Order: sequence, then structure tokens, then C-alpha cells
Amino acid sequence: MRWRETRARAADAAPGAGRRRDGRRWYAGRLRAYAVAVRRRLHEGDLGPVPPLLALAVTWIVFQSLNDNFLSPRNLSVLSVDIVGTGMIAVGIVFVLLIGEIDLSVGSLAGLAGAVFAALNVNLGMPEWLAVIIAVNCGAAAGAIHGFFFAKIGVPSFVVTLAGLLAWNGLMLYLLGPESSINFSEDELVTTLTSRYFSAAVAIYGLAALGTAAYLFVSYHDRRRRGAAGMPYRPVREIWARTALVAVVAFATVYVLGRFEGLPLALLIFLGVIIASDLFLRRTPYGRQVLALGGGVEAARRAGVDVARVRISVFLGSGTLAAVGGLFVASRLTSATQVPGSGMLLINAIAAAVIGGTSLFGGRGSTWSALLGVLIIQSIASGMALLGVEPAVQFMITGGVLLTAVVFDTLARRAAESGGRS
Amino acid sequence: MPVQPLLVLRGVSKRFAAVQALVDVELEIRAGEVVALMGDNAAGKSTLVKVISGVGPADRGVIEWQGSAVQIKRPQDAQVLGIATVYQDLAMCGNLDVVGNLFLGREIHRLGILDEVEMERRTRELLHTLSIRIPDVRVPLATLSGGQRQVVAITRSFLSAPRLLLLDEPTASLGIEQTSQLLDLIEQLRDQGAGVLLISHNMGDIKAVADRVAVLRLGRNNGVFDVNTTAQEQIISSITGAADNAAGHRPTRPEEAWP
Ligand SMILES: Nc1ncnc2c1ncn2[C@@H]1O[C@H](COP(=O)(O)OP(=O)(O)OP(=O)(O)O)[C@@H](O)[C@H]1O
Ligand SMILES: [Mg+2]
Repeated sequence: MRWRETRARAADAAPGAGRRRDGRRWYAGRLRAYAVAVRRRLHEGDLGPVPPLLALAVTWIVFQSLNDNFLSPRNLSVLSVDIVGTGMIAVGIVFVLLIGEIDLSVGSLAGLAGAVFAALNVNLGMPEWLAVIIAVNCGAAAGAIHGFFFAKIGVPSFVVTLAGLLAWNGLMLYLLGPESSINFSEDELVTTLTSRYFSAAVAIYGLAALGTAAYLFVSYHDRRRRGAAGMPYRPVREIWARTALVAVVAFATVYVLGRFEGLPLALLIFLGVIIASDLFLRRTPYGRQVLALGGGVEAARRAGVDVARVRISVFLGSGTLAAVGGLFVASRLTSATQVPGSGMLLINAIAAAVIGGTSLFGGRGSTWSALLGVLIIQSIASGMALLGVEPAVQFMITGGVLLTAVVFDTLARRAAESGGRS
Repeated sequence: MPVQPLLVLRGVSKRFAAVQALVDVELEIRAGEVVALMGDNAAGKSTLVKVISGVGPADRGVIEWQGSAVQIKRPQDAQVLGIATVYQDLAMCGNLDVVGNLFLGREIHRLGILDEVEMERRTRELLHTLSIRIPDVRVPLATLSGGQRQVVAITRSFLSAPRLLLLDEPTASLGIEQTSQLLDLIEQLRDQGAGVLLISHNMGDIKAVADRVAVLRLGRNNGVFDVNTTAQEQIISSITGAADNAAGHRPTRPEEAWP
């Protein structure tokens, strides 16, 4: 879960420097380097995942102190499945926000995907796998259409996707027909998405161990390559500290969820999507170009980036993930209904990305913010439900959290702008 | 057989809605030559650079590259020819770090995965060979000072050993030491056989490195001078319009003549 590596280690740039120096001086040097890095990040207004993590911790502590059942395996297990639909959509929104745009159609597209799947599978008897593929492709196609009008014609993304919000919602209502909902049969592919749990201890603890080992391996591999190239690299102690943190989170999750029904399939898929999209964003030329667009469209264009292509693909991805998220929402409800198109899903998905720390101004953020943000939003909803508070209050609190996040984002941007400019 | 010039522009015109920014501009840059481009504010210098770099193609006119006509419609077209540019507004991404900006649009990757280590290594190597000091190549560009960002933009233009380097007021925010360093780099590049187009308002810098000076005035050519044999006053009066030198270099229609 690295937003950006801390780099202020010019002081011990030489390979093996850490080992050669005596412990205390080395530590003092490291601490100073960290202080410099932290101060610089504060100055830039870049706190990475710290604010959303704090917000999540506060939410959990408050609700746990008000109701003992909040952090129970059962409630956390339900929470971990409830976040997936909105979370998937939020991952797509992160990409759109990163290029400095907005996609208002994702809620409608999520509803449309559910309706398309239900109409094809339940009403027309098409095999499930085919109906799923077609539903997801509908989302992709709709996203590509938005992208085309935005990138090639120059219509503001706000307006294109607002039109999409209306149009796709209309299509969804048409497909759902007069009853305005289509029920799924149990125990089939789509319902399984959110009802399947893995409980074999060997498998789930093995998975946690595997994840930790993979993180350790990648860190060491990176360190070795950087060392071989004579560049500053992460000290061993830091690698182990980070790995320990990853291990604690992974094993705690598995332990808690294992005490209820096990590791939910939906959560695994969600984590897989986040890790894959994070690597995609940080480690591929395409991801680099997405970030570049957020930092300056004209600069990216002059550097030879095919701006229109990147833009269209980002909206295509957003539509695709909206459709996938819609299938998870439908799976949870075991029916295709009007609910996803109602607007709350859209609002929550965008709020999740922003609350999780992705900037509304483009160019700064991570797909992990989709997870953090949706966890915060869903925790508030779940905690309120446990306490029996009416939804009205929940909306107001979530609204307050969103406003706080946006204020942070805006202040961060101002700090970054006034930061080093001459 | 005479050696073909690296780049020749003929009859280049460009119009923005209300402004005729360039009118029938001619320009010639040979390999191993530094041509300075001078002119008052809004003379059309940056517009001409963008025509050559493919960022803002001309409405009319011909571009010849080593004797054959070429189309430069997109920045990529210019990159393929080996044209590198430092823009007046730098055009860099504030959220990307120095390495990210240097390699933007030409990232090094292995099997589709960015090779950050190799890119950072080459960045350090390049900074070293150009003897440019940037304290940390992994900070976002927005946190660097204006001069430092200019240095990064210059470094980027040297990344792929350009055959033609376009510099739009590159010394605008450089310190004294950095400026003389840049002039050294320009001379090195010229000695390696590349062509350089240098835009500057600083007569001293131009006297130091340029071989010829082309003057633009109100979007038109207003003379080309040999730096070593022309009096500074003559160049300045050509820039300000006190003298109309265009007649000697291209046929001027009567209504265009200076009153
Ligand atoms: N994108 C644009 N849209 C409209 N007009 C433009 C645009 N770019 C340049 N111009 C106009 O074209 C003319 C030439 O501008 P240009 O930037 O080429 O001047 P310049 O010689 O580079 O001046 P300076 O020394 O101030 O940099 C100006 O009148 C300017 O207003
Ligand atoms: Mg200019």
C-alpha cells in the first residue's frame, strides 16, 4: 500500500552504507532523513493514505465504543461484502478523477448491467456466463461512447456523462419492464459472487502468507536492482517493518473473517482488482500517461502522449468497472432493480474515491483510496444501522466526511501550488 | 554536391482567430550551426517553434528536412525526425517526478512494466554528463524552483541526442552559472553536428554561441545576419523596426514596405 516511496536518502546512497555504519549514527541519520521527507510532504500537502486511515480508525473506535457488535466477525464480514459493489465502481472513478474529469453515469451503468444480465439470463434464458460478458461489455461500450464524445468532440465530461446518466437509466427501466425488478435464481454464477466464502484454514492462511511473501519478494528484488545500479534503496529494516505491517493486516483480516463464514469471494476479487489496477497505474507506461494527463494535458500532448486514446480508454475502463460493480450490487440483492440507478450508488462511489484520498483536481491519487473510502462510508452506514439511527443522519454524517475530505484535498492542492514555485 | 540544410521552412503562415501570427516565414538551419531567432514580444517566435515541433502546425508553407518535404502534424512526427524542444512555458507535468517527466511519452519498459531503475539510472547519468545538479530526481516537479524546472526541461531535450534542438527562451529563469553551462552544452551539441535554434532576448548569449541571427518582426522575416560581422545596433534596429531589412532577403510587395 505505497502511495509514494519516501525518498530522502541521499545521505546513505552508497550501497551497503547501512551495514557499515554503527547503529546509533545510522538511526539518527535515517530519522533526520525521514523528518526532512515528512516535512516536505506536509509542505506539499501530500499525506498519502494517512488522513483516510485516521478517519477509518476514528469511525471504528467510535462505533465500537457505542456498540460492541460493530467489530464482531459477523458485522465485519457483512461489511467486507457490502463494500465490493460500490468499491469496484469507485476504482473506475479513481482513474477518471486522475485525468481531472468526472463520470456521472456510473450509477446508471451499474443498474444497466444488472438489468441487461437479468433480461438476457432470466427472461431470455441465455447462459449465465454469456449474459455476464454481454452485460460487462455494455458498460465498456457506453464508457467508450462517453470517452469518444469527450475526447474527440470536446464536450465536457460532466455533460456527456450527465446525458449518459439519464439515457442509460432510461434503458435500464425499459429492460426491467413494468415490474421494475427481475429476480435471480439462487446458487448460480452471479449470486455466488457475493455468497461464496472460503473457510478452509489452510487455504486462507496460506493466501495471507503468500501475499506477504510476494510483497517481501518484490521489495527485495527492487532493492537488489537499485543497489546493483548504484542507486539509493530502501534499508532492510524498513522493508521488514513494512512487510510486518502487511502481514499483520493480512493475517488479522483472515483471522477475523475466518471466525465467521470465511474469506468472501467478493472481497478477494475486489482486492485483486485494486492490486492489479494499482500496478497498472504505477508500473505501466499507460498508467504513467494517465497520471501525466492529470498533471497537464498540454504537457502530455507535447511529450507525444496520444491524449484522446488515453481519455477514451479511461472512460471505457470506468464504464466497465461500473458494470462489474453493478453485477456485484445485483448479486447482493439477488435481483436487478432500480436501486443502483437511484443516485446513491453514484454519489457513494465518487465520495469513496475522494474520501480515500484521490484528488478532485487530477493527477494525484491511488486505487487503494477506493478501498479506504468505501470502507469509511460503509462503516458509517453499518454503524448507524446497528445503532438504529435513521438514514437521514447517516447522509448528513457522510456528507460532512466528504466535505472534510474535499477541504483537505483543496488545502493540499494549495500547499502544493505555493510549495516550491519561484 | 552541396550539403542539404537540416531544416528549411518556406512560406510558413499561421493565423489565430484574430491574429496573423506568421506571414510567409522562411528559415534555414544547417547541421552544426546555431541559429538565433530574435524579435520583440508577440513577434511570432514561439508560434514558429510550435510549427516546427508539431504542436501547432502551420496553415500554409513547406517544411523540408534534409532536402525532402516532410509533414509535421503532431509532436510525435517531430520526435521521429529527432527534433527536441524546450518550450517557453516548459510544458511539464507538475505531479510527475523528474524521471517521469524526462521519459514521458518514451518510457522504458520491460514486458510492459516500467523499468524505473533503468530510467532513474539514465536520468542520473544524463544529469552527470551534462554536469547538472538536481538534488533529488524523485520529487514532484511542482516542488522545484522555476529555474530548476527549466533545467529539467533542458535536460529532457538532451535525452535522445537530438538532431535539431529548439530552445525557446531557455535562459529566462536561469542563474549566471547555469546560463553559461547551457551555452557550453549548446556548443557541444553543435560540434557533434546537430542544429540548434535558440530564441533569446539576450544579445550577450547570442553573440556567445550563435552563428547567424534571424529576426522576426510582426510575424514576418526581417533579416538574417551573420553574428560575427554585423553590428549589434543593426540587429537591434531590425528587431525594433527602425530598419526594414526584409527587402534584401525576400521580395517585398510595395504595400508591405516600411513607410
Ligand atoms: N494559442 C493562441 N491563440 C491565439 N493567439 C495566439 C496564440 N498563440 C500566440 N498567439 C498570438 O500570436 C502572436 C505571436 O505570439 P508568440 O507567442 O509567437 O510571440 P513571441 O514572439 O514568442 O513573443 P514573446 O517574446 O513574448 O514570447 C501574438 O500576437 C499572440 O497573441
Ligand atoms: Mg514566445
